[in-house]
Amino acid sequence: MKAGLVAAGLLIGTFNAQAASQTMDKIKSTGAVTMGVRESSIPMSYTTGDSRFDGYHVEICRMILGDIKDKLGMSTLRINYQPVTSQNRVPLVQNGTVDIECGTTTNNVNRAKDVGFANTLYVEEVRIAVKANSGITSISQLAGKKVATTTGTTSVQLLRKHEKANGVNFDEVYGKDHADSFLLLESGRADAFVMDGSILAGNIANSKNPKDYKIVGEVLSTEPIAIMVRKDDPEFKAAVDAAIAKIVANGKMPGLWNKWFLAPIPPKNIVVGLQLSPATKNAWANLNDKPAEDYNKK
Amino acid sequence: MDLGIFCKSTLDGEVVDHCFSALLGIGKNADPSYLDWLMRAWGWTLAVAGLGLLIALSLGAIMGTLRTLPPENPANRFLVRLSTAWVELFRNIPILVQVFLWYHVIPAFIPPLKAFPSYLLVSLALGFFTSARIAEQVRAGIQSLPSGQKAAAIALGLTTYQSYRYIILPMALRIVIPPLTSESMNLIKNSSVAFAVSVPELTLFAMQAQEETSHGVEIYLAVTILYALSAFAVNRAMAHIEKRSRIPGFIVANTEVAAH
Repeated sequence: MKAGLVAAGLLIGTFNAQAASQTMDKIKSTGAVTMGVRESSIPMSYTTGDSRFDGYHVEICRMILGDIKDKLGMSTLRINYQPVTSQNRVPLVQNGTVDIECGTTTNNVNRAKDVGFANTLYVEEVRIAVKANSGITSISQLAGKKVATTTGTTSVQLLRKHEKANGVNFDEVYGKDHADSFLLLESGRADAFVMDGSILAGNIANSKNPKDYKIVGEVLSTEPIAIMVRKDDPEFKAAVDAAIAKIVANGKMPGLWNKWFLAPIPPKNIVVGLQLSPATKNAWANLNDKPAEDYNKK
Repeated sequence: MDLGIFCKSTLDGEVVDHCFSALLGIGKNADPSYLDWLMRAWGWTLAVAGLGLLIALSLGAIMGTLRTLPPENPANRFLVRLSTAWVELFRNIPILVQVFLWYHVIPAFIPPLKAFPSYLLVSLALGFFTSARIAEQVRAGIQSLPSGQKAAAIALGLTTYQSYRYIILPMALRIVIPPLTSESMNLIKNSSVAFAVSVPELTLFAMQAQEETSHGVEIYLAVTILYALSAFAVNRAMAHIEKRSRIPGFIVANTEVAAH
């Protein structure tokens, strides 16, 4: 019996190179996959209430998983959604709790030591959100002012580097998550909120009076935001990348962009209103998994 | 395990010349290392917890005492009601929610509070929350005294204030030192909620530094050790107080066992 199973396994192995992948094996044997999602990273990955999740990256991930399901010849695949935070997303992917993380994770050299990243489909620009009537238009005007950012994100270190390089001093305040950081700006505890442009645009669109806020100033840093997978499973990453290449080749990306960034999105039908940047367009045209360090060398 | 991470710069991840450069002022323009940052964060934890402890002990002792006042006149009855309300208010709301109330909700109604630094608001929240628990322990201590003590004080012609000041509290406060020790240690540990309102203390350090360095194991180990050390130091200090304040023949029969 056992020998028969092994022989069958070998046979399948010759037809199907994917069998060497831990994640693929797990998906095949359990009929389920765990997707890591964010609670409030509108429009990339967020909850639409009632423990349902949606967003630009979440929808792309569902397409990818659909593609992998077909590849494995399965009729159904159950997707379990596991909310993650900035602090726990890498450990949860490392320890196998989450199979594929579809949130807002920056692909950088440091994280690439622990996890793998799929090819980039979204290039983020770190910007500054301020109150529209504040008169602030550039980071240089923030010296001595209170600047909010979220604990456990790359923006914290970015601000620190900027202070050192330009000899300015911000008074940093840390929100425990993005919604919390935005609340600091809204309630006047912070004069600015420094974070990824999409997160800023999403929070502003979602606020009580979106007209009260503006995204201003120079791009502080350019970062590839990518779907995260386990590091020791190159076959799974290859399958994810192949699915991404298929989505791009079928010309689906511009439609996805319009759906999530320029049209009303559930649950409140708000419009994020973030135009497609040349950097993101370029990432679609030349699919790659370069880390952030390569983007900021220019 | 790579403890070298603590000697790396928080700016570029390169190894710095002196691990304690920024703290000890070695090398004027040296970049701070993760060890410097860890020590600063520890300082914040101790500051928030220390201030909270002061508030908690003083308010807890007062409220606990007021709850036991004899209801002989309207003023006393009012004070008993006030202290009971205090205890029930602060005992029934989770500490994290109280911190948010102080930070986000109350300043919305009382704008001047927005100017308060967040560590002060957290200390208040921690202090009030713990004061309710300490008040109950003090009340239990007072009510554990034989009723003859109070009666004797009244027979001697002492006023209510004098009987508390010279007879009841000196005994009761000695009795409650062991539970107060636990409560003080709890306050040190509870101070980790301060990260949620942007006090750059140990828990915030742990979250941010492990994100930047990907050395979660070393970072969390260091933070765990510092929390444990701080709580244990409080334990020893209280044990010392308990030992020094002991009156031979009162309360503690076993003179060898201190706060454990």
